[in-house]
Amino acid sequence: MANIEIDAPGTRQLFIGNEAIARGALEAGIGFAAAYPGTPSSEIIGSLAQVAKETGIYAEWSVNEKVAMEAAAGASFAGIRALAAMKQNGINVISDFLANLVMSGIGKGGLVLVSCDDPSAISSSNEQDTRPIAKWLDIPLVEPGDFQEAKDMTKWLFDLSEEIGTLCMLRSVTRIAHARGNVKLGELPKKEQRAYFEQIHDLRNLLPTSFMPIPSPLRHFFLHMKMDKAREKFEAARFNQYVGPDKADLLIVTCGSCWLYSQDAVKALKLEDKVGILKLGTLWPLPEKFVESHLTKSQEVLFVEEIDPFLERSIMEFVASLPSTSPRPTFYGKRSGHINAYGELNPDLVIKAISNILELMYQPRDTEYNGKAEAAAKSHVPERSMTFCAGCPHRATFWAIKNALKLDGRSGVVTGDIGCYSMALGPAGFFQVRTMHCMGGGTGVANGLGKLGRFGFNQPVLAVVGDSTFYHATIPALINGIYNQSDFILVILDNSATAMTGFQPHPGTGITAMGEPTKVVSMEALCRSLGTRVEVCDPFDLRGTTATLLELMAEGGGVKVAIMRRQCELVRAKKEKPPYKVYIDPEKCIGESCGCDRLCTRVFLCPGLTWDKKAGKSKADEVICTGCGVCADVCPQGAIIREAA
Amino acid sequence: MTKKQLMKDPLNLVITGVGGQGNVMISLIIGNTFVRNGYFVTVGETYGASQRGGPVMSHMRISKETQYSPFIPDGCADIILGMEPVETLRMLGRYGNTHVITIINPRPIYSIDVTGGHAEYPDLDKLVETVKELSYQTWIINATEEAQKMGSPMFANAILIGALIGSGVLPLDKKSVEPVLRETFPKELEANLAAFNKGIKFVRS
Repeated sequence: MANIEIDAPGTRQLFIGNEAIARGALEAGIGFAAAYPGTPSSEIIGSLAQVAKETGIYAEWSVNEKVAMEAAAGASFAGIRALAAMKQNGINVISDFLANLVMSGIGKGGLVLVSCDDPSAISSSNEQDTRPIAKWLDIPLVEPGDFQEAKDMTKWLFDLSEEIGTLCMLRSVTRIAHARGNVKLGELPKKEQRAYFEQIHDLRNLLPTSFMPIPSPLRHFFLHMKMDKAREKFEAARFNQYVGPDKADLLIVTCGSCWLYSQDAVKALKLEDKVGILKLGTLWPLPEKFVESHLTKSQEVLFVEEIDPFLERSIMEFVASLPSTSPRPTFYGKRSGHINAYGELNPDLVIKAISNILELMYQPRDTEYNGKAEAAAKSHVPERSMTFCAGCPHRATFWAIKNALKLDGRSGVVTGDIGCYSMALGPAGFFQVRTMHCMGGGTGVANGLGKLGRFGFNQPVLAVVGDSTFYHATIPALINGIYNQSDFILVILDNSATAMTGFQPHPGTGITAMGEPTKVVSMEALCRSLGTRVEVCDPFDLRGTTATLLELMAEGGGVKVAIMRRQCELVRAKKEKPPYKVYIDPEKCIGESCGCDRLCTRVFLCPGLTWDKKAGKSKADEVICTGCGVCADVCPQGAIIREAA
Repeated sequence: MTKKQLMKDPLNLVITGVGGQGNVMISLIIGNTFVRNGYFVTVGETYGASQRGGPVMSHMRISKETQYSPFIPDGCADIILGMEPVETLRMLGRYGNTHVITIINPRPIYSIDVTGGHAEYPDLDKLVETVKELSYQTWIINATEEAQKMGSPMFANAILIGALIGSGVLPLDKKSVEPVLRETFPKELEANLAAFNKGIKFVRS
């Protein structure tokens, strides 16, 4: 991660959007930052935590998004500027608190919520658009169109939040959050901050300082007044702009990363003097006067935005409220089918939409080359499916689960959750996982399955969760299972890190976001305190792990916990040399005639093992193999040799 | 500061490989060097799930004028730095064109689809031949092999950065990259600098 605290105003840095947001928060004089890691949002708190000690701020990885948002609100109540950041799924987790927070108002410290959405669900379970929550719950919403704006808007939003006395939200998407671009730095504030919960009248909330949502209708009325004030500010905001001719053949209305795509598309088509772009940085409440003044630029309007038709519907709604004498352009976008209402956009998709409306031909490369290149890629480029890393403990765990379920013979069901191990839905985990929804969801589903005995259900149920997911949202489901006497095994895949999002620490690791040692919240002690049987396994002990799972399934009758404990290989490899040198004894490897269907390379599928087609033997790839040595226990011929390195 | 000009504005550079190979590292070093020399740089990267053994690519757009989007439009790559051969061809298939310049590390990394027998990895010689046919100019740099000789396949990254700089396709010289290399590799700095110099030598020989 880049150093976001560099005190060099005016210099240009190459920041990912998340670092730019974090820098903006520092320039705004933030004192408190909290989040639960989630791609593509994690580097916001990650980079703030890295500089927390030097800058005197506090940053934490909270146990989940709801606690992060609540903790940040607490800081605001005591006058400290605070930020909470999360991926789109986190917004669902905090929505109950949000619906009440907008009513109670915030404290003297500005409060900013950052939501990083993931169109196309590149690293997510879904591609939910979080912008509608701003409209739903009355939250001022902005979205940066580039990296500089990511920083500048964050800083500006703290001022706005404080001035109006309400939570403000910044929405970003993967292609801003995780893309890199130029950011010109501003000044870092040098003033001391003091936290104090004032017990006096706060004029912005128009009621005595008690942060609560009641009396509801009155608070709701005040909230609408705050939103009117936000709209006034948005009308004049420098983040809204128009580029293009005074009279355009086509007006693009866009926001966020689509601002860059739209500019690229107009340039690629050389239509700078024919197509105008109205870029909105402040999305809700809609800056109506600003929008109205630019809608006259063209008779044809194309909305370019990702996932939901948020601007499209809001602007169409607004236009419907105008007098019948006002001009009514033709609207193109998701409703007309010119822009997809799913998946992320890119310059090519915008080029296609513009070409479609203006009836243009666009051909970026030579026709003959195009045919040759596409044909070559089609015939010579094999698939490259995602899988667990070489040496990943999850592969071993799912190997044991697969074998235990087979030996048990009752067609056991595995419910899954969110993390690297979600890949167990596919070949990485031998297709063992059958459900995957949200954080903690698999254990909730297991609760239901485990109560179906009265209807003749006798399949064993295994709920797999990661260690970080366990702390995040699994504990209530575990308690529910124990209380309601459900029948399932909770399998916690403890690799001692929030691995999928970048190895952030969690309550079980004994270290904080700021790198300080802390109490370990022991998952086994916690589970045992609930009165349930807990077994701890080393997944690399394939035989022992399989036997334990089989025993737990056979025992039945209630909730049991099996902890699969082995550090994430990517974390281990940073600190230690490989434990083994692994190679294949060609004399022992019987290749295709292996009675077990080439168990190592066709089924176990660790990328560290390859298949030498010419020799008809398996082969360890010394560049990829991490020397974990587990495959030696998979080969029935004993042909995989592991030697202490 | 280097006096050379971009051969095109924006200059579109694709860095491609397999998750874990280090393409983010390469794009950081090249990107930071450009920003320090007064350019606008946008880098789009693959992160998260696809990092785990999947194909990864960085799209780098370099301009003197403005900030471009993190996506190179189809058919519009100017340079492809391929850390793995089939991934290089995958990129040529979508982003290549008659003027594209390719630097390729010909060391295959087999996917689980290939190892498991569900897909075929093409013949390497034929693959490299196809890459050459689809490129205006091609440099073949045995980066992994040379890095292994130096003690770790991870030195391949510095070798490839050296090749990219040594080829002269970017308006950056050795001196402009070195300070960024020094900051990026506090550990094993000497070995990485040696690898970087090797890359420059290979591409010029």
